[in-house]
Amino acid sequence: MESIRIKGAEALLRALLEEKVDTVFGYPGGSIITVFDALYSFRDSIRQILTRHEQGAVHAAQGFARVTGEPGVVFVTSGPGATNVITGLADAMLDSTPLVVIAGQVSSPLLGSDAFQETDVVGISLPVSKWSYQVRTAAEIPWAVARAFYIAREGRPGPVVLDITKDAQNEMTDYVYEKCQFIRSYQPNPDLDQTAVEEAAALINGAKRPFALVGQGVILGEAEEALKAFLTKADIPAGATLLGLPAVAGGFPLMKGMLGMHGNVGPNRKTAECDVLIAIGMRFDDRVTGDLKTYAKQAKIIHFDIDPAEIEKNVKVDVAVLANVKESLPAVTALLKEASHKDWVDSFKEHEDEEWQRVIEPEIHPTAGPITMGEVINMVSEKAAANAVLATDVGQNQMMACRYFKLQSNRSLVTSGGLGTMGFGLPAAIGAAIGAPEREVCLFTGDGGIQMTIQELGTIMEYKPAVKIIILNNKFLGMVRQWQELFFRERYSSTILQNPDFPMIAAAYGIPGRKVVKREGLAEAIDELFATKGSFLLEVEVEENGMVYPMIPAGTNVDNLIFGD
Amino acid sequence: MEKIVYTITVYTENMVGLLNQIAIIFTRRHLNIESLTVSKSSLPGIHKFTITVESTEDLIIKVVRQIEKRIDVLKAFHYTDDEIIFDEVALYKIPTDSLLDNPEIETLMRTYNARIVEVNRNFAAIEMSGSADVIQSLFDELNKFKVLQFVRSGRVAITRSTQERLSNFLAEMEEKRIKAMKACEK
Ligand SMILES: Cc1ncc(C[n+]2csc(CCOP(=O)(O)OP(=O)(O)O)c2C)c(N)n1
Repeated sequence: MESIRIKGAEALLRALLEEKVDTVFGYPGGSIITVFDALYSFRDSIRQILTRHEQGAVHAAQGFARVTGEPGVVFVTSGPGATNVITGLADAMLDSTPLVVIAGQVSSPLLGSDAFQETDVVGISLPVSKWSYQVRTAAEIPWAVARAFYIAREGRPGPVVLDITKDAQNEMTDYVYEKCQFIRSYQPNPDLDQTAVEEAAALINGAKRPFALVGQGVILGEAEEALKAFLTKADIPAGATLLGLPAVAGGFPLMKGMLGMHGNVGPNRKTAECDVLIAIGMRFDDRVTGDLKTYAKQAKIIHFDIDPAEIEKNVKVDVAVLANVKESLPAVTALLKEASHKDWVDSFKEHEDEEWQRVIEPEIHPTAGPITMGEVINMVSEKAAANAVLATDVGQNQMMACRYFKLQSNRSLVTSGGLGTMGFGLPAAIGAAIGAPEREVCLFTGDGGIQMTIQELGTIMEYKPAVKIIILNNKFLGMVRQWQELFFRERYSSTILQNPDFPMIAAAYGIPGRKVVKREGLAEAIDELFATKGSFLLEVEVEENGMVYPMIPAGTNVDNLIFGD
Repeated sequence: MEKIVYTITVYTENMVGLLNQIAIIFTRRHLNIESLTVSKSSLPGIHKFTITVESTEDLIIKVVRQIEKRIDVLKAFHYTDDEIIFDEVALYKIPTDSLLDNPEIETLMRTYNARIVEVNRNFAAIEMSGSADVIQSLFDELNKFKVLQFVRSGRVAITRSTQERLSNFLAEMEEKRIKAMKACEK
């Protein structure tokens, strides 16, 4: 390959083009100005989205990555620019979201001298990134970028940081690009072990009450169809983790709902009754398992995962099938006997009925009193397009949205699972709308969470991605208020919110909006939300003391489930 | 589960910042590193960390997997004391006068298989290698005659196994590399 002599900053952009990057989210500053300057010459091939805060940039990149499956790319300056992306990195690390964050750094001779806007970015980001590396020469840039994308994408995806000094950006180098195909010390896809496959199949074939736990690994491994074939062949009912919900979108009969603290009754009860528990691309998070001492003790457990560090991290297993689930699921399916577990599958019905009567029906079809969160979400879901992407913030709005919004297509959920980052919703929804402009992006957020990154309305104003923003305003930090009501004798310490006029703020950014207080106006307002071209902000005043039920209190088990009725 | 001493060996690429990457994994679990040695390994370009820590087997397995998960870590292993041959080195500095005035010191040195590495008018430097206990016990003995300085290294270890796990791993990786390169030529 012929090399060309160019500046480090240009080498960086050419390398990004090689990796098929067409969008970057970012914010300029002194240590990254050279890269932004080079970007100016590439503005026809790389779209730059200037968010209003670096946290907005990184969450937008996460939303972009979630819907496209491609790494989200972020450019920030050194010092505060870089520290502002740490929350997003931690979020992406826990939720296995591929990101490549390029941070400017002070010139290499100044490193270690407490220079203006110098921070130890590699040191700070290491614990919350899959790989973090400082680049001090232009010559290293193509190699580092190639490696960064390989690491971010391959195996279990995750965020990667390149900390590039200002002199490396400025210096000339002989540029050639070679994609990274292999790293000796990193084995992204463990080789499938046939013995494990056989053992797993034997356990499942012998099961009377098999139950599957579906996690995001299925989506990351693009194994949605393989999963359906697997479940169908042996007639295995399943529950999904929060991030696993879109893996089986669109009302698949064996999918029995969400697992965990605010999950559905059936899946949680059946976890404690099944004889073989099959975890697929999920990591036994404590919000799913509750008390580990009593978790699924009656069952043999099979764990399908790509990441060896997840095996027996939280739960002892009988068989571990280490590989990309796209490979391991079909291998096991091939050995499964066609089975029917009719009585077992039907036994979910009783719990579904109970939950419907005691929780769902009153939540989504209330007849009197204030508007409820579930009611709004259900109505939006019914009117949303089949390709809709659900984005959420964190708190009650998130749990309610994930319970009541019907996901109908692949990669249709953008939410902060592992880190539970308030302020994630708005920028992540923007990133999703930019990554999938043909899809309808519906964001549910709280009156608290939206104010953590509300400045990103400015990003909407400028780039006009279509985000249907629905603020469920309960005038409280609702989820914390819920815990205070249940466990802290209703002492509402620092959870009552004084809020601004949200549609008026939207109006200041040129975004149409509306506020609904009464049930009668709701349907029409939602129609307007969807009929309006582009973004729209709908604020709904909902029940102030609304509660998310059912609930399994933290650290307990399904025997402690609260219906709240 | 019982807490015992484990020796963890970690083989890494020769890159800046690996010590930090490994150390934070112990910090997160509030595990105190008892000893740490870092050096070049017998294989060119590969560094070796030998870490001892007191813990339960359950936790050690998790820690080792999390260490191995770091991109630039080639492989990590954990061993109990009976699976390895290990040693530490210690240096003791005593006043030359005490050496000359106390013939017991010479006897001690013989019993402990220690040797003098330097003597001058002021002090004598004694070196010994052995297990942590023996090193401590020689210190306690010598200190009766006032030890001026005492240092001990971290642990170094080799396995008793006849399988060279790292070389096997590297050979396997080389095969994979060739496969990956071939796959992309197609
Ligand atoms: C950045 C951040 N700070 C604090 C929390 C703790 N927290 C979890 S939910 C919640 C309340 C959210 O309130 P709101 O945004 O109004 O949403 P609601 O629960 O009322 O739907 C808080 C404070 C968090 N998850 N993230």
